[in-house]
Amino acid sequence: MSILVDSNTKVLVQGMTGRAGRFYTHQAMRYGTTYVAGVNPVKPGSEHLGLPVFGTVAEAAKDTGANASLVIVPAANAAAAMIEAIEAEISVITCVTERVPQHDMARVKAALKGSKSVLIGPNSQGILTPEQCKIGVMPTRYAMPGRIGIASRAASLTSEVVAQCSAAGLGQSTTVGIGGDNLHGIGFVECLKLFRDDPDTDAVILIGEIGGREEEDAAAYLKSADYGKPVIALIVGRHAPQGRRMGHAGTLSVFGSGSAQAKIDQLAAAGVILAENVDDVVPRVRAAAPQPAIA
Amino acid sequence: MLLPEHRSKELLAKYGVPIPPGFLARTANDAETGCGKLDASRYVVKSQILAGGRGLAGGVRIVDTPSAVGEEVGRLLGHTLVTEQTGPRGEVVSTVYIETALDIVDSRFMALALDPESGAVMLLASAAGGVEFEQRARMDDSVYDTMLIDSDTPETRKSVTAFLKKAGIDEAAVDIAFAGYAALIENELTLVEINPLAKTRTGDWYAADAKVALDGNALFRHPEFEEFKALQNPDPIEAAAQQNNINLVKLEGNIGVVVNGAGLGLATHDMLTEANGKPANFMDIRTTATSLNIAKGVELLLQDPKVRCILLNIHGGGITLGDTVAEGVSIAYGHSSRKVPLVARMAGQNADRGLAILKEHRLPVEVVGTMSDAIARSVALAG
Repeated sequence: MSILVDSNTKVLVQGMTGRAGRFYTHQAMRYGTTYVAGVNPVKPGSEHLGLPVFGTVAEAAKDTGANASLVIVPAANAAAAMIEAIEAEISVITCVTERVPQHDMARVKAALKGSKSVLIGPNSQGILTPEQCKIGVMPTRYAMPGRIGIASRAASLTSEVVAQCSAAGLGQSTTVGIGGDNLHGIGFVECLKLFRDDPDTDAVILIGEIGGREEEDAAAYLKSADYGKPVIALIVGRHAPQGRRMGHAGTLSVFGSGSAQAKIDQLAAAGVILAENVDDVVPRVRAAAPQPAIA
Repeated sequence: MLLPEHRSKELLAKYGVPIPPGFLARTANDAETGCGKLDASRYVVKSQILAGGRGLAGGVRIVDTPSAVGEEVGRLLGHTLVTEQTGPRGEVVSTVYIETALDIVDSRFMALALDPESGAVMLLASAAGGVEFEQRARMDDSVYDTMLIDSDTPETRKSVTAFLKKAGIDEAAVDIAFAGYAALIENELTLVEINPLAKTRTGDWYAADAKVALDGNALFRHPEFEEFKALQNPDPIEAAAQQNNINLVKLEGNIGVVVNGAGLGLATHDMLTEANGKPANFMDIRTTATSLNIAKGVELLLQDPKVRCILLNIHGGGITLGDTVAEGVSIAYGHSSRKVPLVARMAGQNADRGLAILKEHRLPVEVVGTMSDAIARSVALAG
């Protein structure tokens, strides 16, 4: 099993006819994911990569039974695409687009409220259930099916952790990139809840960084819940100079809070196992995870 | 993307936020003569740099006479201010803003931003205003309270009035909150901060200082703000990297760092620092960077005479491939007369091909297997 996506997931692509959209759709199809349709308001009726192209998400979903969407469109159009997918009641919407304006995301957040959709991203590498479903732009070569759940705010760092885990025999149930922006869809707390309810996830790795409140919220949740599975966290940016933006927009926090140390302290107080650095993640997981997790 | 104080105030004033009378000066002479236009008994002389922490760094002065204004401006212009937010290199003062000094009896804090959780506009208020606010807020979230605003109606005005009252801000300042709200929405701002929100002896409220942040990603809808883009990166090296799809932050150390991705960049920075290494920079090669972009980024590091070795830590991903990065590094070394030792740690997509490229170009490269080894070797080489 897994969370959010598996071999039954049927994916449509908003932006499939663009260069990046075509490339990543093709890669994911070769990986074995079921992609069923593309959406392009000006090219309905055409065919790309052997898939039918519809004018709207609603039509594509109705005709093909698609229950997930990959949004890979220019930033200026991303909010409209996400909102269209929410209105069409697509269950899992993954947006990999970078640089989406924040006030656009405010509208998307309002549309998400009370909806039937889960949004992953934007500015996310996507979601991967190894050998079952890839929606996103992450590499798959070093991923391996297994029983470790991963939720993260950073893409290449996650690829590194995934590769180290696989090399150590720690396969992954699902890896979710929640994205590097301030305003985003799914957060650590929802990922933790989904992993808790997944009988095939034995332990969870959180990959966090300075800025924002994801780690603090995760700590508060874990403190209040009887989680029942080990949670290992890697928090980066411990030595980042204050007040300077280090890559992700989300790392620059407006009102001082969100320091790495505050996050580490709160997570530790909630029973989370802290990895000291990237190379320390696998040893911590091996020590904490129950035996079946280690292949 | 921050606007300088005077432009932040100008923008907020358009929406009805009261600001003290003031003017901008680029020479001491202009500053002194300009004072004639202000009906003031005291003047505030304020350096217009983008980083916060000016006051504590001596960039804000209060003086009594126009000639003293001229003297202060002469002293500040061309001066490098080092604040806790500028980094050790500081920011050079090129313009100064002169204002009528207010007769302040109360200093409060007010700000508006987007709530990351709901996407609604969040109003923040605190009875602790002024310079200490940020320092206190860093240690203690409870120094300010928040409420969400979704509209400007009589009902929301009522609840905002009650909310502000708890922070020691009376009804006369409610219009300021809603003016900030309108400015935030209409200009797609990510922050409106008024600190201090000052009450004068006559009971009037003013934005004694203000900071507005634009959303760089929404600039395509706001061409009127285009001019501020050039102001954002006062460091020419960081700006050059930015033009090449590389986020680069200059630091003071001697290990040049080449990394793809923000998270991996932060992780590398942490490990180097904890191993007593001194990074010369933070780098995040964005997924849109080509090998020529990467070459430019590495050249910027090779040009720094302090850099004694380069640490290459790459995890080839779904977009940035190991060989693309290796090509960029090889081009940079080819262009540079300084061949500082290179410690290469490559994993992920096309890592083998990348390492082969580095060797083919006969770079002074030492290949290591793990991040920990890469850190240890580069710290040893940098001495």
